[in-house]
Amino acid sequence: MKKFWALFFWFWPIVALWVCFAAPGRNWWFPSPPKSTLGHQIDGLFYLILIIVALTFVGTEAALGYVMWRGATKDASSKAWFSHGSHKLEIIWTIVPAFVLVFISLTQLDVLADIRVLSKFPDEAKKGALAEVTARQFEWRIRYPKPGTMLMTDPQPGDLYFVNELHVPAAVPTMVNLRTQDVQHAFFAPKLRVKQDAVPGLVIPLWFEIEEAGEYELLCAELCGWGHYKMKARIVADSPKGVSDYLTRLEAEQNEDGVAEAPAGEESAEE
Amino acid sequence: MATVTPALDAHGHSHDHSHGHHEQSFISKYVFSTDHKVIGIQFLITTVLMLMVGGALALAVRWQLAFPWENMPIIGKAFGLFKTEGGQISPEFYTMLFTMHASVMIFLVIIPVLAGAFGNFLIPLQIGADDMAFPILNMLSYWFMWPAMFCFAVSFVVGGATAGPGNGWTSYPVLSDIASASPSSGAPQTWWLLGLTLVGVSSMMGSVNYMTTIINMRAPGMTLFRMPLTIWSMFITAILQAFALPVLTAAGFMLVFDRMSEMLPTDIHSVFFVPANVVVNNAAPTIGGGQPLLWQHLFWFYSHPAVYIMLLPAMGMVSDMLACMCRKPVFGYKPMVYSMAAIAGLGFIVWGHHMFTSGMNPALGMTFMTSTMMIALPSAIKVFNWIGTIWDGNIQFNAVFLNCAAFVALFIVGGLSGIFMAAVPVDIYFHDTYFIVAHFHYVLFGATLFGVFAGIQFWFPKMFGREMSDGVQKAHFVLTFIGMNGTFFPMHLLGIAGMPRRYADPYLHGYLEHLLPMNQFMTISAILMGCAQFLLLGNFFYSMFYGKKTTRNPWNANGLEWSAPSPPGHGNFDVPPVCYRGPYEYSSPEAEALGQDFILQTTAPPAGVVRVAHGH
Repeated sequence: MKKFWALFFWFWPIVALWVCFAAPGRNWWFPSPPKSTLGHQIDGLFYLILIIVALTFVGTEAALGYVMWRGATKDASSKAWFSHGSHKLEIIWTIVPAFVLVFISLTQLDVLADIRVLSKFPDEAKKGALAEVTARQFEWRIRYPKPGTMLMTDPQPGDLYFVNELHVPAAVPTMVNLRTQDVQHAFFAPKLRVKQDAVPGLVIPLWFEIEEAGEYELLCAELCGWGHYKMKARIVADSPKGVSDYLTRLEAEQNEDGVAEAPAGEESAEE
Repeated sequence: MATVTPALDAHGHSHDHSHGHHEQSFISKYVFSTDHKVIGIQFLITTVLMLMVGGALALAVRWQLAFPWENMPIIGKAFGLFKTEGGQISPEFYTMLFTMHASVMIFLVIIPVLAGAFGNFLIPLQIGADDMAFPILNMLSYWFMWPAMFCFAVSFVVGGATAGPGNGWTSYPVLSDIASASPSSGAPQTWWLLGLTLVGVSSMMGSVNYMTTIINMRAPGMTLFRMPLTIWSMFITAILQAFALPVLTAAGFMLVFDRMSEMLPTDIHSVFFVPANVVVNNAAPTIGGGQPLLWQHLFWFYSHPAVYIMLLPAMGMVSDMLACMCRKPVFGYKPMVYSMAAIAGLGFIVWGHHMFTSGMNPALGMTFMTSTMMIALPSAIKVFNWIGTIWDGNIQFNAVFLNCAAFVALFIVGGLSGIFMAAVPVDIYFHDTYFIVAHFHYVLFGATLFGVFAGIQFWFPKMFGREMSDGVQKAHFVLTFIGMNGTFFPMHLLGIAGMPRRYADPYLHGYLEHLLPMNQFMTISAILMGCAQFLLLGNFFYSMFYGKKTTRNPWNANGLEWSAPSPPGHGNFDVPPVCYRGPYEYSSPEAEALGQDFILQTTAPPAGVVRVAHGH
């Protein structure tokens, strides 16, 4: 029975590892490869940490199983090893993990700066926000500036509005301003690996560069009330021309006053 | 010397009333008792029952995730709770379920079971004191739990039966600040905050008491570095509580004042956490100048150290138990103490890692990332030392040992998954997904609760003079271990798949639809795990009355508590204990000279060998 317990503690990490290895094949992994430039960097860091962590996991769990196995197979009449520890070992297992942890930390800094530090944003993103995304219980309100103008902090007369659909150019670094009208929300685009809280009272700039045209999920990642799960929206990445066509269409629809639809006959009668 | 050492009494009951305490009434002996042991046991029984309440709430959460919008079994129909929803869980009820699951588990189970139950029971016994420094304060610390539980209970029903507090245990404003923000943001939120504050009062009373007792009331010869690691961990935890709790209490009152301006015709119109021009649910725009991030800073300034309040005592207890079950000294006693102190110190400067996506200054993010990475170091040192403790020991493969080994094995997982989230760029993806849910359940359930399971069985003989059935405990261990991993390990994968937490229905989003079968598997594992807890409860209450009678020192352990009768009478020790050595001298030459593999801290060295340190 003693050996059973030692094997038990060896067995479950093997199952855990197997599940992790099998996961990508069974679609229990990332929803898709990263679809943004920053996403590639984030995934790269994830896999770097994953390798370090997996090796540590295997090493420590194997060691735990091994010391249990030794205890299980030990002659019951022999005495336990009387030892208060080893200064040398303590130093080794303090310094080695310390270096590894500092190393992991240092590898993160550049990517973190790329994602968050305003002065490090790509020039094209810095030119100005494409749109303002305002979260609200339980939807995303998008405000674009009138085509040909800059986005202002306060709403302007010519601004264009849409709900739950954000059109951005593909393969261009794009900045949006994130805010909330009521409680705290979070802008989460899983396939782009983008997440940023929308905090009441703050306007938070956020940038990403979607690599290929397509539709990407946008959801809320910060509890915002009973309908938190319902804040379903999409980000549509299109060619720059496609986006400007969309905005023109949006402008036409928004300025639609019904008059232009008037029967052609009346207009000709005026003439 | 030999005269001050109590003779080991095989049955251990003859000295119970040797100090001539007068007879006490039932009420003063078992209800409003000032005896630390009774208070500890009161805490233990309360928290074990609350564990079942918290578990039931968790199972309801799991039900919704596995079978969304299906009629809820048992309570859906029985209480007619969801008449209008046709027996389904409503989304606002779901937010209440996970909020109260966390609140009950954190504030009514884990913090009070470690500090309240084990802290109370063990501190005087392990340092050789006859009681706590402030017995009445100690009694109050237990009885303040009841108004707290009352407030939590009121919060369940005050907003109507299906809308309790539902803003998460973190209760971020503005959601928790403005009554119109959600069905649960009205009165339930206020009652919840009052309950939280009262739990804080209880913890604070305990914390002051523990520090004073440990500093002032140690037996002669019990120097700081002869204290068991349990005592070190309780000491460090008490310091953490004393310094962190006031911040939470202050933040709680600030939030209450903010809310009063909404709900009561008072002159208090504070807007600590509400900025201007917030329009919630088409109400009038707010007038303010507050900052919601302030709450996050204050809340996590307490709640991150609180994570260590919920872990350190279990680390200390497991170190004690592993040494005893492996019949050898703890590997690296002083590194263990220093690493606990390091965890506590660093624990105060890592709170910002909960806010990596909150929009705070990225430079702060870098600082918090580095300090968070460094807190993994003392944790790693502790793991290596535990493995070193088991190395070449004479392992007793009982349920105490197995639960302790599970503590180490699962803490490794919880610790390693933390590294992903300490790294800011990776955390940006994992923040508020199931990855974090997996991480803290591996720490709080995998580590802390397995440590508690071991601790209950290990100190049960000292509490009740009877032993728990080891066979039943082993069955409980296996089922809980399997259920625990089946429930929580897949959560890592859900997190990687991008499933956000706190979603009543994640399958609304196409890219998560295929995860339903995995969630169903997890729910079945969780039900198995929940049922397994009845083994623990049954064993606990059965053994309390019918278990095998025990002796003073059934585990052949070294601590001072094992020189007292089982259970110790009022005043604990029949002979005032004197401590002659450290707590982990298993298999030492000195012990061998006595023909055994343990040597009590109170056993005097042979005549002529003077090794008494200068006591207090």
